[in-house]
Amino acid sequence: MNVYLIAMDSWYIVEKLILIGALIGLSFFIAMYTTLAERKIAGWMQDRLGPNRAGPFGIFQPLADGGKLFFKEEITPVSSNRFLFLLGPALAMIVALITSTVIPWGAAYVGETRTVALQVADVDMGILIVFGIVSVGVYGIMIGGWASNNKFSLIAAIRGASQMVSYELPMGLSLIAVLFMTGSLKMSAMVEYQMQHGWNVLYQPLGFLIFFVCALAECNRTPFDLPEAENELNFGYHQEYSSMKLGFYLFAEYINMFVSSAVMATLFLGGYDIPFFDESAWQGSALVLSALTFAVMMAKVSFFLFLFIWIRWTIPRFRYDQLMNLGWKKLIPLALINMLISAALLLFLNK
Amino acid sequence: MQLTQRAKSVDRSPLTWLESIYLWNILKGMAITLRHMFMKKATIQYPEQQRSFSKVFRGLHVLNRDEAGRENCTACGLCAVACPAEAITMEAAERQTGEEHLYREEKYAAKYEINMLRCIFCGLCEEACPKDAIYLSQTVAPANYARKGFIYSKNELLIPHPITEREAYVKALGDRQPAHSTNPVK
Repeated sequence: MNVYLIAMDSWYIVEKLILIGALIGLSFFIAMYTTLAERKIAGWMQDRLGPNRAGPFGIFQPLADGGKLFFKEEITPVSSNRFLFLLGPALAMIVALITSTVIPWGAAYVGETRTVALQVADVDMGILIVFGIVSVGVYGIMIGGWASNNKFSLIAAIRGASQMVSYELPMGLSLIAVLFMTGSLKMSAMVEYQMQHGWNVLYQPLGFLIFFVCALAECNRTPFDLPEAENELNFGYHQEYSSMKLGFYLFAEYINMFVSSAVMATLFLGGYDIPFFDESAWQGSALVLSALTFAVMMAKVSFFLFLFIWIRWTIPRFRYDQLMNLGWKKLIPLALINMLISAALLLFLNK
Repeated sequence: MQLTQRAKSVDRSPLTWLESIYLWNILKGMAITLRHMFMKKATIQYPEQQRSFSKVFRGLHVLNRDEAGRENCTACGLCAVACPAEAITMEAAERQTGEEHLYREEKYAAKYEINMLRCIFCGLCEEACPKDAIYLSQTVAPANYARKGFIYSKNELLIPHPITEREAYVKALGDRQPAHSTNPVK
């Protein structure tokens, strides 16, 4: 009996380790190809073709970019704080990678002997962990900007910090309205709720919009990429960085995009739920169902990634005062009103 | 003071509340970019596709031969005189007996050099030439690592022989027909 339990547990650990490895690999893979997609879509939107020389349709372009970054000279400014200078990009990367652990990536595989969840950790406070870790992400920018010992970087770091803090508020407020409905912080429970009751975006369109805008700001994507404003701050917090340290910053941005897309898909678009199809009625093999739900999840993530890129190549950067006005005077009141109305409606309907 | 009829006055009224959340205008902008995604691309895939030069494009010089393959140039020096950039130098020589198949007239250019770094590709040499011996082709001067690589001598300038190297000759001639020719090259 005891031996059996130990065997079960070691398998459990192996399974989770494999899942973690797969997730990290997936994050890097998606981030790599998001850079290609970004350049391709940017090209198309500007009536160009985008990179198409490295391999068919330019599919080896990310490898070329990565290789180039690796072989660049690595410079650490003399007057910088060396430990913090290294910690900045490392933190940005680690934080970006951690968040993906609590997201359910597909329906659990139900085998004969054991069930394998496509989720590393289905913790009870799932979404709160995402919020907690994402807000640590601002330290990557702040530490990087501070350690560079450069005034532009420092200004960018301060901007980044204030922007993240300002936009986490409406993000959290719009999330509360979702939590009213699902009644759980657990990510898997949220997906199950949406499978039964329909996607949250149908009930919370305003909340979704606010959440999306705030996600743009949290990822430092255009139009909220003030921390790296190249025309006024010379690339901001990563100005002094070169080689793979810079690569880590840029890469972390894309991984952040990927993870926040996954979070939005889980919160508002039903996660791995296949639209217009009841998963419990599935007759075929469980493995196929898991694969299908994973594919649907990826499709939703891709949709969000496209949206991110589409917005980036449409609108210019906000001015700092516009950013603050939008965050504090528009989004927070809207999110509050949205929250109050949802609460009142839910109370009224439950009676 | 009104300078043009088309001047538009800028609307500086403060944003309405709906405008101040930017949403509607951003959506309009996104519609534009999405439309452009499916439009015809302006790109020309350079090494494979090449845009043709204009008919009047003036590129690298070519020293011409007649139909029998004899050099037209008589080293009269009119091109060098006409050249505003003073890019052309030449040395004349007298044709010996037995060289009639090489040079069309009794005098020829033993040395003919054009410095492509000095040349401004104005085409005055072509206009000055009484023998139709020099013309500007529709190619650009390629890049080079050294200055002396830009001084083109007769080796680089002479058009390929019309009889022994027919294909290269027609290619070098391009869509240009020699003015004196009675049977145009096809």
